[in-house]
Amino acid sequence: MSKYEALTGDQAVATAMRQINPDVVAAYPITPQTETVEFFAEYVANGEVTTDFICVESEHSAMSACVGASAAGARVMTATSSQGLALMWEIVYIAASYRCPIVMSLVNRALSGPINIHCDHSDVMGARDSGWIILFSENNQEAYDNVIQAVRIAEHPDVLLPVMVCQDGFITSHSMERVEVYDDADVKAFVGIYRPERSLLDVDSPMTYGALHFYDYYYESKRQQAEAMEHARRVIPEVTEEFNRKFNRNYGLFEAYRLDDADVAVVVANSTAGTAKIVVDSLRAQGLKVGLLKPRVFRPFPAKELAEALRHLKAIAVMDRSIAFGYLNGAGPLFIELTAALALHGVHVPIADYVFGLGGRDIKPSEIESVYRDMLRVAETGRVERLVTPLSVRE
Amino acid sequence: MAKLKGWREIPIGGAIVEAGNAVEYKTGGWRAFRPVFGQAQCIHCFQCWLFCPDSSILVDAENEKMVGFDLEHCKGCGICASVCPVNAKVIRQAGEQLSRDDPRLCIRMIEEGKAK
Ligand code: SF4
Ligand code: SF4
Repeated sequence: MSKYEALTGDQAVATAMRQINPDVVAAYPITPQTETVEFFAEYVANGEVTTDFICVESEHSAMSACVGASAAGARVMTATSSQGLALMWEIVYIAASYRCPIVMSLVNRALSGPINIHCDHSDVMGARDSGWIILFSENNQEAYDNVIQAVRIAEHPDVLLPVMVCQDGFITSHSMERVEVYDDADVKAFVGIYRPERSLLDVDSPMTYGALHFYDYYYESKRQQAEAMEHARRVIPEVTEEFNRKFNRNYGLFEAYRLDDADVAVVVANSTAGTAKIVVDSLRAQGLKVGLLKPRVFRPFPAKELAEALRHLKAIAVMDRSIAFGYLNGAGPLFIELTAALALHGVHVPIADYVFGLGGRDIKPSEIESVYRDMLRVAETGRVERLVTPLSVRE
Repeated sequence: MAKLKGWREIPIGGAIVEAGNAVEYKTGGWRAFRPVFGQAQCIHCFQCWLFCPDSSILVDAENEKMVGFDLEHCKGCGICASVCPVNAKVIRQAGEQLSRDDPRLCIRMIEEGKAK
């Protein structure tokens, strides 16, 4: 039997980790992920998990230990934020290229500088080409559910790629919400036992990880990695479908909220999607045909499916919580990728970008409403007046 | 050179899944210097065999003799010449063009192509 608990986002992730009971967790505490590591350390101390918990001296070491343990055949998890991910950098790429199915909870926080501890998506967006599968979570329940699914996605023999599960720092990581916690046995049955095909500890078939690949083999190795991402396009919906059935959920590649008959929509990830739903409901009550698309799977990027879901609209606003510096007037990465996806699939809907919430700046329903009102105007005129808008920045 | 494999044929993650296949990689081509063996001075202490990082010291195990180098794999690092007790003082003159049978030498390094 599942039960409802009041959990912070960090605690929800720690709970999933307790139920998964990974072989190895190597992590270093960093705000706002710290609670996850604290709670998990407690589970280790209380004997609630049998995990080897490695307290490392830095995130670089954390990811290095994760790669080593994963290569040795262990089921491995970690958690970090912002500067922690930045310090892991070189090993983040190596984890993906060695095809280590590590699961990481990434509690999104702005990258320095200026130094800041609050939410934005600059940390994950910097890692978007690192070869990790990336999932977004609107709330604590989704963070919990995504972590459980991530294990299965990562370890699928056709995938074998690491997965990052994102949630918004403080906004969900430190907010207590009602979370349906499934029965331990059900979670364990869902994730199953990890049986790696190869392991560094298998003395009967000795092997090497990390050998030099020159111009003669490097590209072939990368080609395989690209293929694994393509396999993930098939595997993620399979795992999600099984999860939905077993735990009575309704996840997809993204969530389409009141989108089918909408004229205009906002595309926004993580917690802000929750706020946007309230705005959608209130505008709908006024008879305005507005909807929302909330990306869940960001890597692999479901370009075709997104294009199809947005094709019927008259105006689209992307809301980005980070800047892709130097692309276009301070536009964000979600906008870049989505506009490319739409163009590629012949969707020519007027589109604009709103960059918001950097460094944890609050995003109010009234501001999201102003975005919808802009888009309703665009839908009428067919003309985007301002391609990129920095939302609520003081002049 | 062996035919290069396609991306579907190689182990995933850049792993090497057969043990001991380094022998297939002919590192001898990297060599800028070449060790030269002065058989007459050799005391067959096997220091060179012990220290060579590329397993390139050829030995006659039965008779417990050092017999030469596997130049297909020797990278010319000079470690053998450096650890050879007979050669200890000579290695400092590695830059000199000494003849192959200089009486002071057990092993010494000479420039590839300039060996006499
Ligand atoms: S030069 Fe280096 S690689 Fe060559 S035999 Fe001597 S120790 Fe081995
Ligand atoms: S170290 Fe010198 S003396 Fe000893 S076996 Fe090798 S070549 Fe001979």
